[in-house]
Formats: sequence, C-alpha cells, structure tokens
Amino acid sequence: MLENYIPILLFILVGLLVGLGPVLMGFLVGPHKPDEEKDSPYECGFEAFENARMKFDIRYYLVAILFIIFDLEIAFLFPWAIVLQDLGWYGFSVMSIFLGILVVGFAYEWKKGALEWE
Amino acid sequence: MIKLLGAFFLALGLIGAALLGVVYQIWLSSPWQLLWLPITVVALLLMVAYLTYAERKIIGYMQIRIGPNRVGPRGWLQPIADSIKLICKEIILPAKSNRFLFIIAPALAMAPALAAWAVIPFDDGWVFADINAALLYLLAMTSLGVYGVIIAGWASNSKYAFLGAIRSTAQIVSYEIAMGFALVGVLMASGSLNLGDIVRAQSGSHGILDWFWLPLLPLFVVYFISGVAETNRAPFDVAEGESEIVAGFHVEYSGMLFAVFFLAEYLNMILIAALTSIMFLGGWLSPFADTPLESLFAWVPGVAWLFLKTSIFLFLFLWFRATFPRYRYDQIMRLGWKVFIPLTIVWILVLGVMVVSEFAWFAPAVSSTV
Repeated sequence: MLENYIPILLFILVGLLVGLGPVLMGFLVGPHKPDEEKDSPYECGFEAFENARMKFDIRYYLVAILFIIFDLEIAFLFPWAIVLQDLGWYGFSVMSIFLGILVVGFAYEWKKGALEWE
Repeated sequence: MIKLLGAFFLALGLIGAALLGVVYQIWLSSPWQLLWLPITVVALLLMVAYLTYAERKIIGYMQIRIGPNRVGPRGWLQPIADSIKLICKEIILPAKSNRFLFIIAPALAMAPALAAWAVIPFDDGWVFADINAALLYLLAMTSLGVYGVIIAGWASNSKYAFLGAIRSTAQIVSYEIAMGFALVGVLMASGSLNLGDIVRAQSGSHGILDWFWLPLLPLFVVYFISGVAETNRAPFDVAEGESEIVAGFHVEYSGMLFAVFFLAEYLNMILIAALTSIMFLGGWLSPFADTPLESLFAWVPGVAWLFLKTSIFLFLFLWFRATFPRYRYDQIMRLGWKVFIPLTIVWILVLGVMVVSEFAWFAPAVSSTV
C-alpha cells in the first residue's frame, strides 16, 4: 500500500530538479555583468524611495482568516461526501444543520461588509 | 557568484542522491515506471512549449494577425528558439533581494505543478501512483503553488512584486474555497477520492449523459472558472496586470528564473484542464460510448480522448484571454465570495438530496460499471 506513494516522491524530486536545473544552466550559460542600476529594484525608472515591504490593506488579512475557516470546512466535508451514499438521510440532515450554521456565519460576514472591496 | 554556484551544485547533488534512492526502490517494485516517467515529463514539457506557441498563434488569428511564422515552417520552432534565448539571458539578482528565497521561488512553483501529475490517470490503470487519497493530494499540490508566488513577491523586495504577490495570494486563496466545494460535489457523486474510480463512476449506459458535467453542471462551471482564476490567467490576471503593476510578482525575474515561473504557470493550466476533463468529462472514456458510433471509434485509445478533452479546455483558456477584458480586483473578489461560494453550497445540498434519494444518475444500477 505505502509503496504506491513512492512514485509521488519521485515526481516531487524530479519537479525540484526541473525547477532548479534550468536555472543552473542559465547561470552557467548566460552572461553575468551586474551594475548598480541594473540590480536596483524596478520602479518605473525612479530611485526606490522607501522599503518595499510596506503596510498593506487589512482586507487581505481578513481574506486569509476567512479562507482558513472555509478551507477547514471543506476538509471536514470530504469524508462525509465520500460515504454519503451509505449514510442516507440521517447523514444528509446532520450535515445540512452544520452547513446551515456555516451559512449563518457567512451571511453575518456578508452583512458586516467583510466581503466588500470598493 | 562562486558561492552561489556551489550552493546550487550542493542542492542538485542532494536532490540527485535522494532521486537515486527512490529510483532504486521503484526499480525493485515496478521497473516500467522508470521508463515511463522521463517520457511523461518530457511530453509534459513539450506540451507546455507548444501551448505557448498555440497561444500566440490562436490569439493571433483571433485578432486577425498571423502570429509567429519566422522560425521554422509556420513558426513551429518558435518555442525552441524562445527557450534557447531564455537560457542565454543574464539572470539578474536584485541587490536588495533575499537571494536564497529569490532563487528557490520558481522551483517551489514548478515542483507541485509537476508532482501533481503523479496521480493523473491517463488511461484505465495507466497511472504512476494509484493511491486512494489522490484528490486530497491534488488539493495539497495545487495549494502549494501559492508559496512560489508569495515567496517570489516577498524576496524581490520591489513594490510591484510585493503588491502583485499579495493580490495574487488573496485571489488564489479565495477561489480555492469555491474549487474545494466543487470537489466536494465530485466526491459526493463518485464516492471515492481515487481519480481512476471517479472516472469509472462516470461510465454507464447513457454514454456522454452519464458524465458528471450534467448532474454537477454548476460545479463544473465554477470549477473551471476557479481554475482560470487559480492560475492567474486572463480575465483574472490582476496579479500581473501589466497596465498597473508591470508584471506583478515576477517583475524582478529574468532569464531562466522567469522561464521556470512561466513553465509552471502553463503546466498548471494543463493540469487544471486535465483535472476538469477527468472529474467532469469522463477522463479517458469515449464520448461515443453507448451510441451507434461506439464500435467505429473503439480503436481510439483512452489517452487520446483525455488529450482531446484537455485540449478543449486549454483552447477555452486561450479564448478567454482573447475575448474578455480584465476584471477589476473588487469584481474578482465579489465573483469568488458572493457568487461562487453560495452557488456551490446550494448545489451541494441539491446534490445531497439527489444522491441520497438515488435520483437518475445515482441509482445503483446506472452508476455500476457496464
């Protein structure tokens, strides 16, 4: 059973190789003539006038938090979805209640304006 | 520079050593895979190369241009010329960047895009890793792709790259939820996480009507559009919207480092197209099954059908890019959160009723294999 997973390991390693190998070739084949202007961060020809790692909109943070909640939700739905045919109406109604609670939370976020991006 | 090259050789050496160990293991259990793996990887990379050619040619004709036609007959050697050019270009490492992260970011985008192919069934039984958690693994791999983007944006230490990375991350993460809900629908209909079983669950006595695209129609549409958003393709390409943030997260990347990002993006497109055809359009199943034409097309191997279906979705990717103007960022977020997520939740409930009451597609007699 577990040896079924070995090709996956192989694929991940080959993937890393395909990701790093050409870059090494690029370093070896391509020229390398750095100068101050070339190595400065691109800012439409201006000098970079402050650190690029600046403050950003709080809404991105909010999206990340909402994502965690919903993604957990999906992970929770997966096992249920597979055995739904065996669970029958009981399983379906239990998950309906659960999804109902989720929808209430979702409607609250929506009403509160957590999903607005104007 | 010497130090950098040294680190590179060390990393490649370590990967190579690990590779040898794994290859030895596989040699003991199933040696045929060692033959097929390089063929598959090369075929995938060739597909990527010719997808870029197809993109330029198709969009060219859609805009009443000819597209590339100088290198080789009808421009067929264009992708090869492009890759040679990219190898010979200088790789610029910006002075303020975090070098280590800057260099591994493209590899982090590439590795999951390629690794996901380990569980894709090309034909009945023709799959590298026939595991029962295939869909979970795929979800994990497609989610990992976002690390390449955010690490690239952070390590570049450039404002455009940073903004592009943040936008792109929020967008990918938002559409991942809709995508996940669509996958839950597929699981409810098929009752298995194994991609081979998902395809087999779509065979029945009504041919094309048994495929999941019909009972799961809204999820099918949501999944594919989310896939377009997930790969940062037009019309959802604000992450690299050239008219405002130049190139987004890869603005500081040049030469082969950029090429690897490019490869990863196109490989992800092919992956999404292949997954959509496997989960909703019956994968390797013939569209003529259970029709009078069935015997006429019986000689066509399953992998050819999968390739054909994948190509249809890839063409859609290109068609979208040629047709739709770019969405505004608030429109993208609205579509993801306020349209797709409610739609998928509603359809999961509808599907739940259909599955439990064994309606049409889900009646035991129909869903069993012929």
